[in-house]
Amino acid sequence: MAIIEAEELRKEFVVWRKVGRLRRQRQVVSAVDGVSLRVEQGETLGYLGPNGAGKSTTLKMFTGVLAPSSGRLRVCGLEPVSRRVQLTRQIGVVFGQRSQLWWDLPLRDSFALLRHVFRIPQAEHAARLAQCRELLGLDEFLDTPVRQLSLGQRMRGELTAALLHGPRVLFLDEPTIGLDVVSKQAVRAFLTQLRDQGEVTVVLTTHDLADIERLCRRLVIIDHGRVVHDGSLEALHARYGSRRRVVVDLDAPWEQVPGLSGAVVEAVEAEGHRVTFSLAEGVTAGHVITQLAGYAALRDISIVEPDIEEVIARLYAASDDARSVASG
Amino acid sequence: MLSAYTRLLVAQIRSQTQYRLSFLADVVSTCLMSLLDIVAVLVLFRVTPALGGFSGRQVLVMAAMALLAFSLSDLLVGNVERLRFYIRTGLFDVVLLRPLSALGQLLVIDFAPRRTGRVVQALVILAVALFLVDIDWSVARVAILVVTPLAGSLIFASIFVAGATVAFWWVESGELANAFTYGGRDFTTYPVSVYSGWFRRLFAYGLGFAFVAYYPALFLLDVPDPLGAPIWLGWGTPVVALLAMTVAACVWRTGVRHYRSTGS
Ligand SMILES: Nc1ncnc2c1ncn2[C@@H]1O[C@H](COP(=O)(O)OP(=O)(O)O)[C@@H](O)[C@H]1O
Ligand SMILES: [Mg+2]
Repeated sequence: MAIIEAEELRKEFVVWRKVGRLRRQRQVVSAVDGVSLRVEQGETLGYLGPNGAGKSTTLKMFTGVLAPSSGRLRVCGLEPVSRRVQLTRQIGVVFGQRSQLWWDLPLRDSFALLRHVFRIPQAEHAARLAQCRELLGLDEFLDTPVRQLSLGQRMRGELTAALLHGPRVLFLDEPTIGLDVVSKQAVRAFLTQLRDQGEVTVVLTTHDLADIERLCRRLVIIDHGRVVHDGSLEALHARYGSRRRVVVDLDAPWEQVPGLSGAVVEAVEAEGHRVTFSLAEGVTAGHVITQLAGYAALRDISIVEPDIEEVIARLYAASDDARSVASG
Repeated sequence: MLSAYTRLLVAQIRSQTQYRLSFLADVVSTCLMSLLDIVAVLVLFRVTPALGGFSGRQVLVMAAMALLAFSLSDLLVGNVERLRFYIRTGLFDVVLLRPLSALGQLLVIDFAPRRTGRVVQALVILAVALFLVDIDWSVARVAILVVTPLAGSLIFASIFVAGATVAFWWVESGELANAFTYGGRDFTTYPVSVYSGWFRRLFAYGLGFAFVAYYPALFLLDVPDPLGAPIWLGWGTPVVALLAMTVAACVWRTGVRHYRSTGS
């Protein structure tokens, strides 16, 4: 059984827009517009999309905070809103903007309180806390009131708080947003380890692509409340034809190599001393470099992996085109 | 189960006492205000002539019973009006992510112990009022005296909760709920017989405020209702409380399903 099953999940918000001085107009915003998704136990899923795409709204439905407008949803086999209390014991949640810690109390006390709130056996609680303290480096600020913590420190505290009761699924909404470099690294390293242990299913929303590249084997991209891609990063690159590139610096200006196979010249720069090739699918960089080496003296070689930002920009452009065709 | 709420309560009081000075100032000022209030109420009722067919002292008994019910419910659930704040800021999300009743948490995390002062104040006024009137004490009368403020506070509590729940649909509902809660407190200060028309029908019977103190006080004082209601209606308070709580629970549950959080 999949740990998350969503079918045609929708959420609409009614908003009243001001038109003119007193009149208001009723408008329906489809924040989530027919999302179907299955997540298996132990997966690490990146949920990606531009601002306003519906990521947070989806997560709020998954966690029982918002009731869906329509569609079918099961998380850990439970219907989130009607079985909210049971569900909270099986999931851990970090919503970047909303702290689950007690603002005026030291971090340590928040963790102690959560033990009672979730009725976690003492030994389990101690073991998990010890692990998080070590991996997330909490010791230096355990006794600081939460309101005095830096964002990065607080986020490490939030992660711990979300895991103390041993959830089966961890939902993270923009966990690295606004963090300093060191905290970002700490959070990513921690999540990588969590992923490799494979016990906790992780669903992570972000618009930071570096999170995704390091952490998630599976990528779900949404735009305007709809899934526009569901699969690996490689599949995404294949689908949108992104290519790896080889950039070579030459001693002498570039001249066409007769019969060069598996690559095409994409750009010639520096008065012919720097040439960028894009590789055809399935061709290794080595194959191209060997051919080139037979013709010219190569001073330097670098291999550029396909750019995720670029492919996602292309994806959104394509989905916008599809929308305008559909509506126009 | 209880222990989780107790711990939340203790944590909340601890964070409040972090700001020690303001907490102390709060307690002291509340006590002073209560004393002044008691004096004011007693002076007021000394000069109050007969009202709606009752002597000033009899009215004071009704008013004191109502005040006790109100202050009890204000102590226990008055802070539910903070719900508005949690809805507007989206902090209600966090409440829903814990394995506890959402309403229970709300009541505990904003519990204001200083409101205990009002309960003590109401108890003092009630004691004085009972001393001033002649009551033919019996087991039934003692029972009604104990049960009524508790059940009456549940009626008020239901109205507090249902009123606050409106914020799930309409965040800027503002002071609308207060019209019914504080309005109810003021309504129950005087005998139902002084009101008339749709106003009496709505507040006394529709919202059940006649059962908070009026009918039980009639039973206690052994005086017939000038409006002709039977004396045993004095026992109706727990029944009305149960009804009110059922309605409030339904409204609450529907409200939570309409919670829409906030966009980030
Ligand atoms: N509580 C709400 N009330 C009205 N509109 C909302 C609410 N929450 C989200 N929205 C709207 O729904 C859309 C999706 O929002 P959200 O899920 O927060 O996007 P994301 O997290 O991907 O940035 C946006 O257009 C947003 O304005
Ligand atoms: Mg968001």
